[in-house]
Amino acid sequence: MEKRVRFKSSWLPWLLIAPQMAIVLVFFFWPAAQALRQSVMSQDPFGNNSEFVGLENFERLFADASYLESFKTTAFFSVLVAVCGLSIALLLAVMANRVLRGAGVYKTLLIWPYAVAPVVAGVLWLFMFASPMGVIAYWLRMLGLDWNHLLNSRHAMALIVVAAVWKQISYNFLFFLAGLQSIPKSLIEAAAIDGASPWRRFWTIVFPLLSPTTFFLLVINVVYSFFDTFGIVDATTKGGPGKETSILVYKVYYDGFKAMDMAGSAAQSVVLMCIVIALTVIQFRFVEKKVQY
Amino acid sequence: MASITLNKVFKRYGSGKTANLVIHGVSAQIADGEFVVVVGPSGCGKSTLLRMVAGLEEITGGEISIGNRVVNDLEPSERDIAMVFQNYALYPHMNVFDNMAYGLKIAKVPMDEIKARVDKAAKILEIGAFMQRKPRELSGGQRQRVAMGRAIVRQPQVFLFDEPLSNLDAKLRAHTRLEIQKLHRELGITSLFVTHDQVEAMTLAQRMIVMNAGVMEQFGTPEEVYNRPASTFVATFIGSPPMNLLKNAPEARPGTILGVRPEHLAITSEGWALCVDALETLGAERLVYGRWLHGAGDELVIIRTDEGQPVPELGSTIHVTPRADRLHWFDATTGKRQ
Repeated sequence: MEKRVRFKSSWLPWLLIAPQMAIVLVFFFWPAAQALRQSVMSQDPFGNNSEFVGLENFERLFADASYLESFKTTAFFSVLVAVCGLSIALLLAVMANRVLRGAGVYKTLLIWPYAVAPVVAGVLWLFMFASPMGVIAYWLRMLGLDWNHLLNSRHAMALIVVAAVWKQISYNFLFFLAGLQSIPKSLIEAAAIDGASPWRRFWTIVFPLLSPTTFFLLVINVVYSFFDTFGIVDATTKGGPGKETSILVYKVYYDGFKAMDMAGSAAQSVVLMCIVIALTVIQFRFVEKKVQY
Repeated sequence: MASITLNKVFKRYGSGKTANLVIHGVSAQIADGEFVVVVGPSGCGKSTLLRMVAGLEEITGGEISIGNRVVNDLEPSERDIAMVFQNYALYPHMNVFDNMAYGLKIAKVPMDEIKARVDKAAKILEIGAFMQRKPRELSGGQRQRVAMGRAIVRQPQVFLFDEPLSNLDAKLRAHTRLEIQKLHRELGITSLFVTHDQVEAMTLAQRMIVMNAGVMEQFGTPEEVYNRPASTFVATFIGSPPMNLLKNAPEARPGTILGVRPEHLAITSEGWALCVDALETLGAERLVYGRWLHGAGDELVIIRTDEGQPVPELGSTIHVTPRADRLHWFDATTGKRQ
C-alpha cells in the first residue's frame, strides 16, 4: 500500500503547510535575518540612522577581552551543567530502574522540575541561597561556609549551575530511564553469570549500551546551558558579581538592551547562531545515525 | 563436572493474598554428565526452574545443590554454571572474541590462556572466521553458536540452556540439535535444557522432566515417557498426534480412561466399530479420524496407518484393534497412570 499521500493539485500541499511556514518565517527566519543585517551595520543608540560597516562589529567583538572572558565562563558553565546534570540523572535513573514499589510516584516526582519555568527555578534557588535567611545559606553558615553569591563569583557560579542542573535533571532522567529499560535484562543476567560484579556490569555493559543516549543528552545539555539558561541567570545573579556569571546569551541581552550596543549584540547573536548550527549538525550527523557500538 | 539435586523446590511470586505459586515442590536427581531436558507447555514453570538453578530467581523453598554444594544463597557467578539464553544475550557492543572472553577476563585468566580457550571453542563451533565481528553482523545461527561458545570457554560444571533453538528456522534447528548432541558427547558436561518442543526433548534428552502447571509430571528416559506416560497430561503432550484418551471404549471400566496411541491401532476385519469422520494424509502416513458407532458419547479416535494401506471411505464403517500390550489405563479423576 502506498503510504505517501498524493495530492492532485500542486497548490494544496503548499496551502496546508503555509501556517507552519508562516510561523517559522516570522518568528525564526525574520529575526535571524535582522540579526544578520544588524551585525554588519552600525547604529546610533536611538536607532535613527545606521550605516554599513562590514565585519567591523565582529573584529571589535573578538578584540574585546570581556567577550572572550564570557566565552570561557560559558564553556565552564556548560561543562559543569552537562557533567553534573548527566551524572546525577544517570544515578537517579539507575536507582529508579531498580525500584519495585511506588516506581510511578518516584518517577513522577523526578519529572516535575521540568515543568518549572527557568526564571521560577532561578528564583526558587535564589530564595534558598539568599544570604541572611535562605535555608541553604543558613545551613552552609552552620557548616562554617559564609555563603554570599553577590560578592563571591564562585558562589554565584555554583548557584546558577545548581538551578540549571536541577531543572534539566528531569529531562536527562527520562531519557536515561528509557535507555536503561531498553537494555535487555538477559544481557545483565548473562554478565552476572559471567561473574561481573554490579559495578563492573554497569561500566562494561550498561554504560556502553547507553552511549547513544548519553551522547544525545550531552548535545542537548550543552545547547540548554548555552541558550535556555538566560532566565536563570537573569533571575539570580544578573551576570554578576562583575561579569563573572555573564554567559554568552546573557551578554547578548546585556550589551544590546542595557548597554545599548545593538550592533555588537547582533554580532554576538550571529556567533551564537553559528554555535547552534554547529551543534545541530553534530547532533544530526551522529545521533540520527546513532553512536555506533 | 557435577550432579544437580533439586530437593522439594518451591517458587512463589508475591506474598499474602496475591501470592502466586509457580513451582510446586519439584524433586529430581540429575547425574554427573547427564543431559536432561525440561519440557512443558508455556507457563508451566520450566524456565523459572532453570533460572532458579542459575541463580537468577530466588528459591522460595527447598534446596538446589550443584555438585554436593547447596547453592540456594550463592550468586550466579559462584555456582560455576554457564547459560545459553533464548535471545542469546550477546553483548552488542563487543565483537565475538570479546563476547566469549568477557567471563574469562573477569576471572583474571591470563590472556594467552583466554586466547587458547576461545580459539579452541571457536574451532569446535566453526565460528573462527568472524571473531572480529559484532553480533549484529551475524546471522541467527551464528549468534546461537557464539552464545554456545561463550558458555563453553568458561568450562563450567553445568550447562543451562533456555530454549536456545526456538529462534532458529526449522532446518537450522534440526541441524543444531545434532550439534548439541555431539558437543555433549565430546564435553560430557551436565546439561539442563529447557524447551517447549517435544521433538527437541525426545531427541536430545537422556532423561526428561515433563512439567505441567508447576508440577513435575514425570521424570524418565524418552522411551519411558513415551511408552509408560505417568499421567494423561504426559500421554497427550508427548507424541504427535497425541494419544487417544478414551472413556467410552468397549473395554472401558467406569472411573478409568483407556489410552492408546494412534500408531497402536490397526484397521482389522473385527474389533472396535468406528465411523470414518475425516482423513489426513501426511506423506508417509495417514491419519484416520473415527467416531464410535455404539453411540456411547461423542469421542474422536485417531488411527495412524501407512500410506500403503487401503484408504477407508468417509462415512464408512471400519473396525480397529488396539495392540494389547500397548494399552494404558489412567484414573479418570486424577489422570494418573494405574
